[in-house]
Amino acid sequence: MDLAIDIALKLAAITVAFTVVLLIVAYTVLAERRILGFIQGRLGPNRVGYGGVLQPFADLLKFILKEDIVPDKSTRFVYFLAPVIATMAALMTMIVYPFGPDIRIPFTDITIPLVIARFDISLLYVLGISSIGVYGIMLAGWSSNNKYSLMGGLRSSAQMISYELALGLSLIGAVILAGTLDIARIVELQSAWHGTRWLILFQPLGFIIFLIAAIAETNRIPFDLPEAETELVAGFHTEYSAMKFALFFLAEYINMFTVSMLATTLFLGGWNVPFAEDIFGRGTFLFGLVSAIGFLVKIIFFLFVYIWLRGTLPRFRFDQLMNFGWKILLPLALLNIFLTATLIVFFPNL
Amino acid sequence: MLTLLFILFGALAIGCALAMVAQRNPLYSAISLIGVFISLACLYVMLAAPFIAAVQVIVYAGAIMVLVVFVIMLLNVEEEERSPRRLKFLVPLAVGLAAILVAEVTFILVTVQEFRVTPATGAGDVGITHSIGSALFTQYLLPFEITSILLLMAIVGAMTLARRSRKGD
Repeated sequence: MDLAIDIALKLAAITVAFTVVLLIVAYTVLAERRILGFIQGRLGPNRVGYGGVLQPFADLLKFILKEDIVPDKSTRFVYFLAPVIATMAALMTMIVYPFGPDIRIPFTDITIPLVIARFDISLLYVLGISSIGVYGIMLAGWSSNNKYSLMGGLRSSAQMISYELALGLSLIGAVILAGTLDIARIVELQSAWHGTRWLILFQPLGFIIFLIAAIAETNRIPFDLPEAETELVAGFHTEYSAMKFALFFLAEYINMFTVSMLATTLFLGGWNVPFAEDIFGRGTFLFGLVSAIGFLVKIIFFLFVYIWLRGTLPRFRFDQLMNFGWKILLPLALLNIFLTATLIVFFPNL
Repeated sequence: MLTLLFILFGALAIGCALAMVAQRNPLYSAISLIGVFISLACLYVMLAAPFIAAVQVIVYAGAIMVLVVFVIMLLNVEEEERSPRRLKFLVPLAVGLAAILVAEVTFILVTVQEFRVTPATGAGDVGITHSIGSALFTQYLLPFEITSILLLMAIVGAMTLARRSRKGD
């Protein structure tokens, strides 16, 4: 019976977390269009609802009602499987991130943790699941039976394998300092010094490498070679329409969100808001609320950086992309590991 | 509950393995193999070895199989033609090997029934990252380093072979 209650609670937590995240993701799309409009000296969508606040729902309705075209020569089973893999892999990593500290519901003694699942190897879990996500793009490119799609799929797999290495290695420094692979524990360790002992203070190089590799992993400008419109029509999702296209679109934005969560939890202190503990006191409801809001604010900052980059930078050439990944980013990541390990040897109490 | 999950993932692993052998399209075989690896990872989690499970997914499903799928896509391998005749002589050999395998499995099952083993003490933290790490870098440091040098040699060897053949053209 306890098991059933446990499963029901977890399901409820997952539903709430996914709803919140999907709402934020929907509004990221709107924010992206409005901010890009601002950067490019135009308005962007502002007609549906006040200032365009209902635009995401109008878009969703459009995607659902559009005709779903399946190419005649496609490999049907794989063609249907690909967007499912992409979206699933994007959503699955969300369960290990702590959205805030343990929170006590007012007027009761019930405390609930704001993390869905906590285990020893949650960081490795995130890396494993995100490496599965590549298949969504690769299989989409292959099964469409279209040369532009295939090129997009091949490019994206080459790019993601290359940058996954730099991404993984850039995290090692933070892991050495924390001494654990449990993401929730890493965040708790950053609560010291009144909530300002953020790992970015000890890992500035690791943070920069992670940020660059993460942008490449999510296929965003300036690393959006897999869908480069000017040369590949739309890359791997050329042949996808209606809701199946929407799933790829969704997966890309959820990936942006989860990568921002990873950057926040590992380098920017997760839910730790400086001096919130001294003002509200540890374990109170307000402390939990402020921490959770702080966490979301940090993520939204990263999402803004993504949009900002898209409005600012041109796209890499493919050989530049590969050279940068293997000859600059990877050696720098190794150097970062070496420096961090040396630091730990001389200051073991850090 | 655990038994139910074990049966589920075990069946999934066997089903995917059968599909991998039976498929004629190499890409379908590759997808099935990914299914096998992921099911195996789930079984490792239930055997209290989460680290091995994560590494299984990252290395096999996430890196090696990506390369395999990449090569299949790059070469655009067509569907394998049905029953190549020149390999007919392999059929009796396969039957013989299968018989040996079945005999081995039966032997192991019977032996396991005879010796009831009690779980070793401290088995609970064998699969934890910390214990694997400390064992790897203290007790098994030499084999670990030798393995990494072996892998390095393989990479260097592959590089030299690939380079030389290109210059020869």
